[in-house]
Formats: sequence, C-alpha cells, structure tokens
Amino acid sequence: MIGYLDFVIALALAGAMAVMLTRLCLGPSLYDRILAVNSFGTKTVLFLSVFAIMVGRADGVDIALLYALINFIATIAILKFFRYRSLDVALSQMTKRIDQVEGGQ
Amino acid sequence: MANLDLTQYLDYALIAMLVVVGIAIIRMKNLFAIVMLTGTYSLLSAAWFVSLDAVDVAFTEAAVGAGISTVLMLGAMLLTARDCKPEGKARHIVALLVVVITGAALLYALGDMPIYGDPNSPVNAYVGMDYVAMTPNDINVPNIVTAVLASYRGFDTLGETFVVFTAGLGVALLLGLGGRKEEEN
Repeated sequence: MIGYLDFVIALALAGAMAVMLTRLCLGPSLYDRILAVNSFGTKTVLFLSVFAIMVGRADGVDIALLYALINFIATIAILKFFRYRSLDVALSQMTKRIDQVEGGQ
Repeated sequence: MANLDLTQYLDYALIAMLVVVGIAIIRMKNLFAIVMLTGTYSLLSAAWFVSLDAVDVAFTEAAVGAGISTVLMLGAMLLTARDCKPEGKARHIVALLVVVITGAALLYALGDMPIYGDPNSPVNAYVGMDYVAMTPNDINVPNIVTAVLASYRGFDTLGETFVVFTAGLGVALLLGLGGRKEEEN
C-alpha cells in the first residue's frame, strides 16, 4: 500500500506547523505566541494521526490523544500564569481576580 | 518500501523545524517566548520519535517535556525576571569551546555506529532476537515492545512510572484540586 495521499496531507500539515512556528518566533505580543503554541499543538495531533494512518500503526493515535490532553494542560497553565501570576490558585478560588492582567510584554 | 522512503522526508521536515526552534531559542531574549519554544521543541521531538517508531519514548516526551516542563518553567519564571541580560564575551568563548569539543567527540563516535537497519548491528543481533523469539511463549502479548517494557525491563519501566507519576503530580498542582482554604484577599 503506497499512501501518497496520506503523505501529501502529512506534508501539508508539516507546512502548517512551519507557519505556526514562524508566528511563534516573530509574534509581537505574548498572546500571538500562546495562540501559536496552542495551534501548533493541534497541528501536531493531526500530524500524528495522519502519520499513524500512513504507516498503518494504531499506536500513533494513542500518542495523538495524549498530545491533545497535554496541550490543554499547558494552555491552562499559561493562561493561569497570566491571570493570577501564580500557579497556586485553587479551582474553587478561580473566580476571584488577584491582580490586573498585563497586556503585551 | 515506498512508505519508508516517504516517512524519511517527513523526518527531514521535523528535524529542520527542530533546528529552527533551537536557533530561535538561542536568539530570543524574552523568557516567556523561550518557554513557549521549549514546549514546541518537545512536541516536535516527540513527533519525530513517533516517526522513528520509538512510540514509548514519544509518550514520555509528550507527557513530561511538552506538558509538565512548560508548567515547571512557568513556575520558575514567577521567581525570576522576564528578560535575560547579556553575558560577557569571556563566557561565550568558554561555552563555544565546550560545545565544539562535545560535538567533535560525538562526530568521532559516529563513525562506530552501525548503519540504520543493519541486520548485523548489536541491536538486531543478540538479545533483540531472543525477545522476538521468546515473547509468544513467555508473556503472550501481541506487542513485543510492550512485553519488553513491562516484563523483561520491568525495573526500568518502574523508574519511568515514577516520572509519569511526577507528571500527574504536576497536573494536580496545576489544577489545585483542594488547594488552600485561607481567605486572605
């Protein structure tokens, strides 16, 4: 089985990852970078799924699922970092806002 | 094996992106952007591990490298400044020297490596063949990598399990389940 279509899709996803990487490196504001990292993670999940299909191994889908979960954790940590300036705030106290959000760098 | 050839090109693309991320980390002065880039580096290298068929390594890399080390780095950033200061020239030269010597040693050692996929290489010659031959009788698990990890190298995997446990602790820390009850502000 020669998966040329799978290969082209995987290559296109790699290209999309490269575009996200450019935004991550150049991104003027922090929020550009957060968005770029999050989107990059999504692209990686897609890339791994396509790769698993291309090679014909089901294991890759497990990794893709793990990525989806981890990506979520990292994004929450980053946003919590910006809003509370601490990773020590419990979920039950999340409604209270400790200090002002600082935009930009 | 047309598929093998094709995955090779994907490997090249991933490695090229790894190099770009590495250079960007060196050039960048903003610590937050560097933390983001190290997370991306972990994601990329884990994807590369998957494409090299090292699924278990990719699993650990994704769990620890991409998720938890980002959280730990952010925690460390809370204790320090947001930007880095330039260092003196003398330190640059020492660092360059260390990197060049290490790189030269690695390149020298590269000559002794067997060719990728060589059937006579140590990986394919001795104990690996025994695993393939004995797993159906010994353990009866369809995936030989799983058999090796969970049974033949059980203690090694126990160490990895501690690492994954640390990752779980990081998640608990992040979500702050329970958390502190005092009402200060």
